[in-house]
Amino acid sequence: MIAELGQFALALALAVSLALGILPMTGAAMGGATGARLMAVARPAAMTLAALAILAFGLLTALFVGNDFSVGLVASHSNLSLPLHYRIAATWGSHEGSMLLWVLILSCWTGAVAVFSTSLPLVLRARILSTMGLVAAGFLMFLLFTSNPFDRLVPPPSDGRDLNPLLQDAGMVFHPPLLYMGYVGLSVAFAFSVAGLIGGRFDAAWARWARPWTTVAWCFLTLGIALGSFWAYYELGWGGWWFWDPVENASFMPWLIATALVHSLSVTEKRGTFRSWTVLLAIIGFSLSLLGTFLVRSGVLTSVHAFATDPARGVFILAFLAFVVGGSLLLFAWRAPAIGNGPGFAAVSRESLLLANNVLLSVAMAAVLLGTLYPLVLDTLGLGKISVGPPYFDAVFYPLMAPALFLMGIGPLARWKKAELPELVARLRWAFAVSVIAALLLPLATDGFRPMTSLGLMFALWIAACVVVAVRDMLRGADGRLSLRRIGVHPASAWGMHFAHLGVAVFVAGVTLVTSYESGRELRMEVGQRIEIGGYDIRFVGLAPITGPNYDGTRGVFEIRRAGAGDAAPIAMLSPEKRVYRASGMPMTEAAIDRSLLRDVYLSMGEPIGERAWVVRAHVKPFVNWIWLGCVLMAIGGFVAAADRRYRRRALERAARALPGGQPA
Amino acid sequence: MKPRHKRMLWIIAGLGALAIAATLVLNAFRSNLVFFYTPTQIADGEAPKGKPFRIGGLVVPESVARVGDGTTVTFGVTDNAKTIQVAYTGILPDLFREGRGVVAQGTLEHDGTFKAREVLAKHDENYMPPEAAEALKRAGHPVGAPAQFQEAPKQ
Repeated sequence: MIAELGQFALALALAVSLALGILPMTGAAMGGATGARLMAVARPAAMTLAALAILAFGLLTALFVGNDFSVGLVASHSNLSLPLHYRIAATWGSHEGSMLLWVLILSCWTGAVAVFSTSLPLVLRARILSTMGLVAAGFLMFLLFTSNPFDRLVPPPSDGRDLNPLLQDAGMVFHPPLLYMGYVGLSVAFAFSVAGLIGGRFDAAWARWARPWTTVAWCFLTLGIALGSFWAYYELGWGGWWFWDPVENASFMPWLIATALVHSLSVTEKRGTFRSWTVLLAIIGFSLSLLGTFLVRSGVLTSVHAFATDPARGVFILAFLAFVVGGSLLLFAWRAPAIGNGPGFAAVSRESLLLANNVLLSVAMAAVLLGTLYPLVLDTLGLGKISVGPPYFDAVFYPLMAPALFLMGIGPLARWKKAELPELVARLRWAFAVSVIAALLLPLATDGFRPMTSLGLMFALWIAACVVVAVRDMLRGADGRLSLRRIGVHPASAWGMHFAHLGVAVFVAGVTLVTSYESGRELRMEVGQRIEIGGYDIRFVGLAPITGPNYDGTRGVFEIRRAGAGDAAPIAMLSPEKRVYRASGMPMTEAAIDRSLLRDVYLSMGEPIGERAWVVRAHVKPFVNWIWLGCVLMAIGGFVAAADRRYRRRALERAARALPGGQPA
Repeated sequence: MKPRHKRMLWIIAGLGALAIAATLVLNAFRSNLVFFYTPTQIADGEAPKGKPFRIGGLVVPESVARVGDGTTVTFGVTDNAKTIQVAYTGILPDLFREGRGVVAQGTLEHDGTFKAREVLAKHDENYMPPEAAEALKRAGHPVGAPAQFQEAPKQ
């Protein structure tokens, strides 16, 4: 009964999304009284769509919580001994369930845009919501025709197959929702661009309305990717945090473009230029989100993300992708003359620096795209199976990001339209000197000169130093004294920007330091044995069998001390486990990590050798947590920037009453 | 016409930078491609010696053995036509099991064994990496339908 209700809700949602997709768009084209009535359908339709999606998702969750094994999805991904919180998470731990999550988040974003956009002109709002409705319709069709989560299984089994043990984890519970918030949020920028292309108006106001939505989507995408990396680090048991895996790249490429888009939107808002860039970046960003969905869902990839192959799904998504991307690019080509150019800018100006930023990020995305898609294309054409490994991505990504990181320091300090180079040099020469000298000295102080380490540290310190210079100048009053009261003088978007850039500096520092100074070994250890690694003394003190709610296994107990501490009290006890989940028979490695801001001590168990020995993996990873801390700081900066007063409705209305109207296209 | 000349210079500089970037990217690309070979192809001598590549197939049952102090493990990989011995030093991934599909990346030694640097654990729900399935299919022994979950007892 519940499953049938859920399916009905989805079918109804499809009908509503089609109405939302077609009626307001037609109304916007028609104009007049009938047009206005059709456009007025948009808001209630969007909210109904959101309500129906919430209902369907809630019903699927109820089925999982109740362990209703007559529904195929529940039988494949749940189990009688699966704890409640993981039964809830299992709702999106499968292909069909996660697609329903996509639809839920898309519908909620559409509803949010409907609610918060009352200050937009009705025509623009109608077109935006229609575009989002069409996208939702596409996904609902995909759900209903190829991936129905509510399919019944007859006869129902007595127990389920259990959720993939890799997904029975807090990190994995939050990773898909966060990531999807980002992916789907890019559809808002996409819809803004499509609506703008149809309407032919791209003034500063259009950019101002699009900015907070895009920034928030970017923040969620950042957090989702960071959480995925953080999860892989502790769950996969190898201590790696980024593998340039096609599925990771599928989320990273939209992130690169979304970063470029966020910056490009600031130029379009403040100066009215970069309109074509902004529109194209929005289209490409969302297309990459869809491409990412295709890559992960269609079975062309082998990964813990890839689900059982079903050609129908791949074909559908590919067709949808072709329609969305092809259609929007055609629209762009057709309406490009209406976009127009804005005012010019000098060779050295904030605009030119941001242009370089756009170009570098786009090229980086293209390089990653090549490495990700090439093996897939070859395989599909039957030309053989090849793989492109991390060395390629490292070789292309770092040289492209290096100049971008350097410019990140200068950009916020450069003036719009024309920046005076001598002035910039004068303001930043100390920052430059400090970062170069410190970057050279730090490795020398530890264990000798390392050029790559110094380079990475230099960029991190340079960005941080430039942020310090900028903040100092922002806090400096007319009397030349620094005052915290001047925080309120500057808009939230400026503070958010500096905070986010600082996050990038922390991230770069973390990556550089952990890559340069990590130490790890895989070795055989007997109970009673001790090893020294990375300045720490690790003693294997015990081995014990364990039993969990849905697994059995072995736990190793290790004492951690600083090297040379003799028999002093250990600073930490770590208990890594090797589990076997009963329902699936699947083994799982649970690493044990002693975390701190300065380093992680990481232990995982490999395989037993005889009765008293195991192959153990031991790592010491300095500053590895700065990687994810940097991402969190970036996201906080983004949220602060998006909360800027300028984007909020009442402030907008006050401004709209004061201005004669937007800049002419 | 100075502005036009300036613009041409900018465009040429931009194209030049793009050409350099493209050369670097494609160069890095070509030198980092890793090809895939089936056990039959390796046994027939088609695989390069000394250059890294990937091998895929099924782990031969009862073939997993630990050598030395136990950190090195050897096992056979087969496509049900030919078998190649693989040696790997390190911790095997959780999804590695005898009789199941596996993909390993490494180099071929001169004695015909494969020294693996990485053993890959990326499987889909049905525990058969596509490369391994491909090797089996090419050797004429395609993989059957995957096992379904336990069914309710017949009444």
